[in-house]
Amino acid sequence: MTAVSMFAQTPLLTEQIVAPVVSWPAMIPLAVMALGGLLLLTFASLLGRRVGTPFFTWWTVMTGLIAFATAIPLWAQVQGWDRRVLWWNPENTPAGAFSTVGGAFGVDGFSVLLTMLICLAVPVCALVMAGTSERDGERHVEGPALMILSATGAIVMAGANDLIVLFLGLEVLSLAVYVLAAMNLRRVQSQEAGLKYFVLGAFSSAFFLYGIALVYGGTGSTSLVNITNFLAGNLLLGSSSVLVLLGVALMVAGLAFKVAAVPFHSWSPDVYDGAPTSSVAFMASVVKVAAFAGMVRVLVVGFGTFAADWRPVLQILAVLSLVGGALVALVQTNVKRLLAYSSISHAGFILLGVEAANETGNRAVLVYLVVYTFLVIGSFAVVSIVGRSGDAMHSLDSYRGLGRVAPALAGTFTILLLAQAGVPFTSGFYAKFYAVIAAVDTQSAWLAVVAMLSAVIAAYLYLRLVVAMWFVAPGEQTPKPGIRIPATTGVALVLCVAVTLFIGITPGPLTSVVDEAPPAVVQPPAAQGSELPADLLNLLDGGAGQESLTTDPGSLPSTSGGNP
Amino acid sequence: METTTVEYVVFGLCALIVLAGAFGVIWFRNPVQAALSLVATLFGVAVLFLNMNAQFLAAVQVIVYTGAIVVLILFVIMLLGVDVEEDLEEEPLVGQRVIALVIAAGVAGLVVAGVTVAGADLVSGARAVTGSIVDDVSNVEQIGRLLFTDYVFALEITAVLLTIAVIAAVVMSRRPGDVEPLPTEDASMEPPAEMEPEAEEVFD
Amino acid sequence: MRSIDAGYLVLAAILFSIGAFGLLVRRNPLVMLMCVELMLNAVNLTFVAFGMMLGDLAGQVTVLFVLVVAAAEVVVGLGIVVAMARRRPGATADDIRVLRG
Repeated sequence: MTAVSMFAQTPLLTEQIVAPVVSWPAMIPLAVMALGGLLLLTFASLLGRRVGTPFFTWWTVMTGLIAFATAIPLWAQVQGWDRRVLWWNPENTPAGAFSTVGGAFGVDGFSVLLTMLICLAVPVCALVMAGTSERDGERHVEGPALMILSATGAIVMAGANDLIVLFLGLEVLSLAVYVLAAMNLRRVQSQEAGLKYFVLGAFSSAFFLYGIALVYGGTGSTSLVNITNFLAGNLLLGSSSVLVLLGVALMVAGLAFKVAAVPFHSWSPDVYDGAPTSSVAFMASVVKVAAFAGMVRVLVVGFGTFAADWRPVLQILAVLSLVGGALVALVQTNVKRLLAYSSISHAGFILLGVEAANETGNRAVLVYLVVYTFLVIGSFAVVSIVGRSGDAMHSLDSYRGLGRVAPALAGTFTILLLAQAGVPFTSGFYAKFYAVIAAVDTQSAWLAVVAMLSAVIAAYLYLRLVVAMWFVAPGEQTPKPGIRIPATTGVALVLCVAVTLFIGITPGPLTSVVDEAPPAVVQPPAAQGSELPADLLNLLDGGAGQESLTTDPGSLPSTSGGNP
Repeated sequence: METTTVEYVVFGLCALIVLAGAFGVIWFRNPVQAALSLVATLFGVAVLFLNMNAQFLAAVQVIVYTGAIVVLILFVIMLLGVDVEEDLEEEPLVGQRVIALVIAAGVAGLVVAGVTVAGADLVSGARAVTGSIVDDVSNVEQIGRLLFTDYVFALEITAVLLTIAVIAAVVMSRRPGDVEPLPTEDASMEPPAEMEPEAEEVFD
Repeated sequence: MRSIDAGYLVLAAILFSIGAFGLLVRRNPLVMLMCVELMLNAVNLTFVAFGMMLGDLAGQVTVLFVLVVAAAEVVVGLGIVVAMARRRPGATADDIRVLRG
């Protein structure tokens, strides 16, 4: 190889640069979020003291809702609905899942559905945050802005078709959340939580990235399209699969950290405890949604051919999270830590769905994510109110006799807790139901038994809290009667309870939508006017050209369908 | 592809520098010494990049890492005071070092074992899927082309990433004193204990 | 594969594990941050080495993105460290563990 100095006069490539084909409609939800965050910061700094928390909240809610609305036509496109819903010329993009920007970003049922979920979760989190800011007399624009930008990263992760894009999405998501965790300058615990989250988060990101590097060595590309093509065309056996297996293992470790699966969970109780409660609501919902989306994209879609290798690992993680989360939660006396452990246990249930790696598993993952998002935001909204001014009162004693002091608040919390326990007629029941079905479906009945046992343990935990609220006399730390529920937090609570009860009573709409949302990785369309030599033009070799290669997770037969 | 003696010698020297620097980072108690060891490692990696014909990256490595990141870290060390030395004798948590050793040795051992076992089979990947390295065209131009074609989406995401970094710097550099005191609507609330902004004078 | 290629990969693996070990053992947040940089540099080395073996430029481009991520991480990390140190002089020790228990 002849070394070429950077400064030497070398012949320049004379060919035209061919930009990759971009499907702009697919970019709109992302662009709305990114621009929404930037404009919010701009307006806040231009208008100064003339605007406050109400404006920031209004803006965040509108950004989320507009991004949600712009994702609906994408859903129509993917599902091949009547073209009148679409506002662009659909001739270029045939109905069905597609990928864009040179195959870097995929638009399929899975990614669009999760994009919509994230876009809805942001406004609800913003309402909760507005409540605490108003109560504590804070006026900061950074919280809502960081939430919007972080959600941009989450959307990128949901649609990432390239491991590098996935990693960048993960970093956008995580860096913003580190700041959200450390943002409460009044409590030093908040900075400690942020620092702890940051250090361990950077640690896990490095593992994830090392995994990408090894996979790159093993498959020759970081693009999921190329990886699936390569793995479909080459049988990797024995020593030639070493790099891929190691890489996948490291990526699983990195993602398991983000979803806080045991034994990668040690940060989550501390961080949940120290971070501002309204940030925790975001952290527990959107971050988990994005991390599970990334996990599904990497494992189920990208490395589905290695399922026999990664499934046992996920089974172990799931069992440890299910049992460990529920058991350790029993001895907690701090409600935020208790909810942190319970969310570890929830992560175990979602892992059951990922582990199944088929249609049933996909349904389990998506139903659980939708249900859990609203449950956890609602629960932390209640915690943020009971934590009172300064966000410091989170011991179990603060909840004693809450039913007598603030019946509405306690009633709301009771519904959300019962739903987390999986009581029938709440959304949590169906979430757990589908997760267990997914385990049974893949002939891992023992996993289903473990899941149900852990659900029983966790039920005791939630009931303990419910009993403390309704059947115990108020104590010293219980809020005084007439504790103020900020209007915005109230709205968020009503929304969360409404979603919980609606899904619990009529799960049909959700499951029918979820069943139309399989993850896929699709060959990007060929760039037009490709005058570049083949070796510089990229991506599109590997074979298929216009023909699309769809990888659905559906290798295993599905035994359950429809609604129970 | 032949390996010249020069390549071997450069690799050997740089590997020594890189490893020595890395050990220095985790060995020195004084953060300034650790930061200077980090510079050695980063510089060694830059020369290794040159050895691998990644000229642009070598330059960027020196400019961004040693020139910006380490200087930033050194600034903060100076800001916080250099006299803080941590006690490395005492183990903070029982068994923490053992666990750390197991994790670290495990990762390195697995990769090294994989490299040894697989040998020639190791890099089984498709060759030059994204863009092959053209020998007589400058490295910078080839990277530039890839950045603005295949990786343009990733490039746009880094814009969001940097925006967040800027916001983070602004948020985190606010002083505790800039925050309005908590409204005391609830009399039963004792004021949060960690409100004293004692450290403030140090930075004024 | 040339033997020197294996050398790059092994060197990177060792560098990565030194960084991981240091991050888990040291308690000074600034040193922890440096250990993260060590780990990211090991990954960069791996990327470039694989890119060279594959004759593929993607490895080098990826390293550029990792550089950006590393810079952003350092800014956020230092920001949090400074914010914490302001509340608590000499807080470079292991105050992260205040939350434990």
